[in-house]
Amino acid sequence: MQILAYLIPISLVLGGMGLLAFVYTVKSNQYDDLEGDAQRILSGQYDDQPKI
Amino acid sequence: MTVALRSHTSACPACDAVPAAEALAEREVQQDVRIALSLPMVHCAACIRTVEGALTRYPGVKSARVNLTLKRATVEADPEVSAEHLMQVLEAIGYESYELDAGTLSATQSSKAGRDLLMRLAVAGFASMNVMLLSISVWSGAEAATRDLFHWISAAIALPTIVFSGRPFYVSAWSALKHKRLNMDVPIVLAILLAVVTSLWETSLSGEHAYFDAALALVFFLLAGRYLDHRTRAVARSAAEELAALEVPRAVLLSDDGEEMVQVSALSVGDRVLVRPGGRLPVDGEIIEGQSELDRSLLTGETLPIFAAPGTQVSAGEVNLTGPLVVRANAVGEQTSLHRMADLVAVAESGRSNYTSLADRAAKLYAPGVHILSALSFVGWYLFTFDVRTSLNIAAAVLIITCPCALGLAVPAVTTAASGRLFRKGMLIKHSTALERLSQVDTVVFDKTGTLTAGTPELTNADAFSYEELSIAMALAVGSSHPLSLALAKVGRDAGIRPAELTGIEEIPGYGTQGNLNGALVQLGRASWVGVTALTQTSAFLALGDKAPKPFLFVDALRDGAMLAVDALKADGKTVILLSGDTPGAVEDLANRLGVQRWVADALPEDKAETIHQLANKGARVLMVGDGLNDTAALAAAHVSISPASALDAARVASDIVLLGGDLSPIATALATARSSTKRIRENFRIATVYNVIAVPLAIAGLATPLIAALAMSLSSITVSLNALRLR
Repeated sequence: MQILAYLIPISLVLGGMGLLAFVYTVKSNQYDDLEGDAQRILSGQYDDQPKI
Repeated sequence: MTVALRSHTSACPACDAVPAAEALAEREVQQDVRIALSLPMVHCAACIRTVEGALTRYPGVKSARVNLTLKRATVEADPEVSAEHLMQVLEAIGYESYELDAGTLSATQSSKAGRDLLMRLAVAGFASMNVMLLSISVWSGAEAATRDLFHWISAAIALPTIVFSGRPFYVSAWSALKHKRLNMDVPIVLAILLAVVTSLWETSLSGEHAYFDAALALVFFLLAGRYLDHRTRAVARSAAEELAALEVPRAVLLSDDGEEMVQVSALSVGDRVLVRPGGRLPVDGEIIEGQSELDRSLLTGETLPIFAAPGTQVSAGEVNLTGPLVVRANAVGEQTSLHRMADLVAVAESGRSNYTSLADRAAKLYAPGVHILSALSFVGWYLFTFDVRTSLNIAAAVLIITCPCALGLAVPAVTTAASGRLFRKGMLIKHSTALERLSQVDTVVFDKTGTLTAGTPELTNADAFSYEELSIAMALAVGSSHPLSLALAKVGRDAGIRPAELTGIEEIPGYGTQGNLNGALVQLGRASWVGVTALTQTSAFLALGDKAPKPFLFVDALRDGAMLAVDALKADGKTVILLSGDTPGAVEDLANRLGVQRWVADALPEDKAETIHQLANKGARVLMVGDGLNDTAALAAAHVSISPASALDAARVASDIVLLGGDLSPIATALATARSSTKRIRENFRIATVYNVIAVPLAIAGLATPLIAALAMSLSSITVSLNALRLR
């Protein structure tokens, strides 16, 4: 059961990294125009100003 | 704007360098205007590219970004770029666009609230996943010290999360309790708190059952519902703000120093205001200079323009057609008839608040039921065992299992799906219960002018005139901006008629246009001007020399999709009624064109509201579609109401649903969508009830383990969400 001492912190850290990544996406306005982003990916042109 | 005032020629270049550098620095700071444009037509990847491409290619534009969710373009540009230029650019590539007043758009506040909810949702999601992971090991047989360790770790994750993520529920429940009411959030908060307290107690006693995972899952699912709800409303609210931002209220004030452009709110009684042709009157008052015709269709529904000369009393909201007018204000702002009319709405609206939504009705039954059930099981078990720990555990289990996870999701999931679907069709659902009310509609009342008709006249009797007469009429019409002249000129151009050569063409504001043809006077204008009696139908008379004047007859052009909408509603078995303030002739004509049997003409605003009340008293559920100020009271009195985006602000505020495009045909589909969404909401309530009926007896019997609670909660939430998605 010693393995738990490693596994539990590891799982928490991994989950925490996911949470931080999500917080970053929220802070950088990536959910402001979901429909637009879904459509933009279909366009062949490169989106050179992804954020305004 | 000191930059503009500075002289640019100087004998000393070095002296110039300093201010020039300053000017440059200043330019960097103050320039870059932000222009917001509403684009109701964008819908695809190609649209985004075309619009952004066209806008960025325009000289002076730094960047342009389309937001497809809000159907809006934000442009950063040099100050010399104006919204009108950009609107022309977009017009040229086939997109209608409207300028938005950036000051009125306060998107920041609502998006901040949305972000806040999303953050709480994310934290709850993270915590509940981790705790669920630990719980699974407990359920699959972890024992003794391992189980205690897992419970303690769960508690360490759950406690701060519940404090942070559950905040919206605590706030809402507290404010309900403060007003001595019960809402859905009271049982939620009670369940969360009881679950955490009993779980902590159990854990400290090395007990078997801890409900940390259930408490977190509860918070997570309910926050998801709350977030969906917020998103739908935020989209609707921003679009509604957008419509308000479309009206940039400015007026030309005449003072001793000359003309000055001011905000309408800055006008006071006695001010002289200049209203140019095409402009809307900003105040109530009396005309002191100028002659023109006024279109008061938005106020009264009349299509015939009225003559205006010094001494005529005018009201805010009327549109000046031909000549410039100077008006002395005798009522401004809140005192104008426009605003007084809006007060009628507030009275009419009080009737509507009687409607209780399905969710509220469910909550009213549900909240006390849950508390009583949980309390009874506590008392029952306590009397049976005299063990506080067991009874408290069971009471907590009952609360958790009955907790309205699925109920919290049942309505938002469906309304989000339905509103999104209708928004793509160009309908904006402003009110949260509008869909439910729309689904019950059996009678549809339409306003005529501006709602079923586009407000632009169409010539009907071009055949009655010779080529020569038409060419003279066209020559007279092309120079004028009067709607009838515009319609006449359009017909002439489409038929390839060349304007006759006239001399001395002159527009007499308020009367018509006249000119000279080989020495003979030719006139195009009002009946009284050319010396005949007026017709009931909209008409303009052409007088050639001494010959008897001949009338050009006009009808109001139908709005796009008006025919389709009326036909679809009739096929659907709805009663369609036409209710207009216009003359009987015009209304009957339109009713015949659309095949509507019941119509009412010459209706005053109070009559309209009264008609709606009478229909409602007979048990009809009325949908009112209207755009004018004369419709506002009726819009507010109806069971549910729709107004087109071209409607006056007051009418849009009074209605539950706003049509964003110029097309009326989505109305019929909206009724169908509303019906199916209400059906889904009811289904969702039924599903949630079935889960409760199965799980609650287990909980009361003391058989509910945290595993059963978690299963019941997740399964019901997921089925409810999936059922909502079937709407698409």
